[in-house]
Amino acid sequence: MTDKALQRNKRYTAYVDKVSPSTNTIHSLLKAFVIGGVTCVIGEILRNLLGMIPGTDDNQATVYSSVILVTVAILLTGMGLYDKIARHGGAGSFLPITGFANAMSSAAMEFRSEGLITGTAVKMFNVVGPVVVNGIVWSSVSGILVWAVSMLMKL
Amino acid sequence: MTAKSQTIKFHNKPRLIAGMSVVGKKEGEGPLGKYFDETDDDPKMGKSSFEKGESAMFAAAVKGAAKKAGISTFDFEALFAGDLLNQLVSSNYAARDLPVSYYGLYSACSTMTEALALASAMVNAGYYRTAACVTGSHFAAAERQYRYPLEYGCQRPPYAQWTVTGAGCSVISAEGNGPAIISATIGKVADYGIVDANNMGAAMAPAAFETLLAVLDDTEMNLEDFDAIFTGDLGRLGARILRDLCNERGLDLGQKYSDCGEMIFAREQNCYSGGSGAGCSACVLNSFILSKLNRHEYNRVLLLATGALMSPTTSFQGETIPAISHGIILENC
Amino acid sequence: MLLPQTWWGYALDYLIVFVSGGICCVIAQLLIVKTKLTPARILVLFLITGIILQTVGIYTPLAKLLRSGICVPIIGFGATLAKGAAEWAMQYGPLGAFAGGLVQTSFGVGVAVAASYIVSVAFSPKSK
Repeated sequence: MTDKALQRNKRYTAYVDKVSPSTNTIHSLLKAFVIGGVTCVIGEILRNLLGMIPGTDDNQATVYSSVILVTVAILLTGMGLYDKIARHGGAGSFLPITGFANAMSSAAMEFRSEGLITGTAVKMFNVVGPVVVNGIVWSSVSGILVWAVSMLMKL
Repeated sequence: MTAKSQTIKFHNKPRLIAGMSVVGKKEGEGPLGKYFDETDDDPKMGKSSFEKGESAMFAAAVKGAAKKAGISTFDFEALFAGDLLNQLVSSNYAARDLPVSYYGLYSACSTMTEALALASAMVNAGYYRTAACVTGSHFAAAERQYRYPLEYGCQRPPYAQWTVTGAGCSVISAEGNGPAIISATIGKVADYGIVDANNMGAAMAPAAFETLLAVLDDTEMNLEDFDAIFTGDLGRLGARILRDLCNERGLDLGQKYSDCGEMIFAREQNCYSGGSGAGCSACVLNSFILSKLNRHEYNRVLLLATGALMSPTTSFQGETIPAISHGIILENC
Repeated sequence: MLLPQTWWGYALDYLIVFVSGGICCVIAQLLIVKTKLTPARILVLFLITGIILQTVGIYTPLAKLLRSGICVPIIGFGATLAKGAAEWAMQYGPLGAFAGGLVQTSFGVGVAVAASYIVSVAFSPKSK
């Protein structure tokens, strides 16, 4: 590309950034805050209720409550309601664990028409793949680091 | 035609004798709803997948157009078709059941005017007597290919666009009644460095602008010579940018100019900046614009369909978005 | 729980959860609106934040105070991964680090995979 074209593009993209309407920041932040906060409170209520069951400690209650959140989010996705909430919630609905479940189940449903084996099973991690892969890689690194540090301490 | 001209003039006046538009529910509820010939509430058209539904919409548009022209699909000598899906599957599968020579075209959302230009050239030259041009797009099928799964919860920026579910078919014939296609201006690819795949209006506006200048240059017409000027699917933002670009050159588009993508959805329909897709300009041309021409409310119309020529792969690789726009002039004469 | 088990203790507890969870989401939303980061990148960013917080030992005291406010957002997922990886590494040596994270998070992920599979059979996506 010539210098002249590059300069023209620079001018044009600067102009486009200026005229492009932006999301109403305060409004969208508020909605993300409320929807994200409510999701966490529901998780907390479940956790406290499950913790009351005899023989369940807080760790188990945490696991079960996130399992329930995940299941409910997947059901809502199936019924076509989750993305309606997410249209308002934005980060408030994709950052909690429910967003992870929604991303996974929506991809599974979307590619169902390409078959259960070649569609659903292959493409299920289409959207959440980065989270799973990065999670495994970096947590392994962290685990090895912790182990190495403890070995050094013993020396 | 000078050596530098981008415009082909059709002296034998190929005519657009009939048009058919088939759209989905949301488009039918929009401001142009009453102009569309057929509105289908079922996005799958009774088939098992959205892709098959899109194909069925194509077939319905072609058959409807033949019926409105008073002929059968056997009378078409050629079909110029295109859509947005990989390998043009919707067009290909619709053409499978049609007994005509088939041209599969891809020019993203500007495929309709490319098809009309080619069909008019063929008819003008006398190779064909009657040809059909059809393009379409489908929201659900396009989302899968270009963006996220349908049920995935994500917010889009306000300048994003909503893919139109619909197909439009025009019948071009050497004789008959209807507006003539007097010239076609084939655009050059324009890339002004836009990277954001959600901001297609901004990527395509310069292409429309360059083609508009070429039309005015080559045909030696002024803006005053047109009753109306339409762009394909720039959306609210793109239309505004085009007006700004024109103002910079001292051209005032004023009331004459509208954008099909902006017209097809009302603001209350939550379609962000407006409609997009190959079906957008095709449906509006074959309903709203054609009926206005036939009623002589318009006598000369310039249609500049616009297309963003990117793919998800190039977007992920951080490439800028090249865009194209082809213009045709329709005239009652 | 850190707070006394009275009605205002519980109320404050839930308020803390609501506000801290909300703030996490507001930060993510700010990143979306102000930068051009995609949701996938933001998720990975928060995930890695969780892993780092757990590795340096800040996460556990934070989670005691904020409870679901930090463990329901994806930060908690990252922290659980890192916690599992560290525990298994200490128990089985460095190879354990590759398994521990998966074991700790297997409840949620396993249920998510199975439920997604079932849902994909039972429901089909709708055009909007």
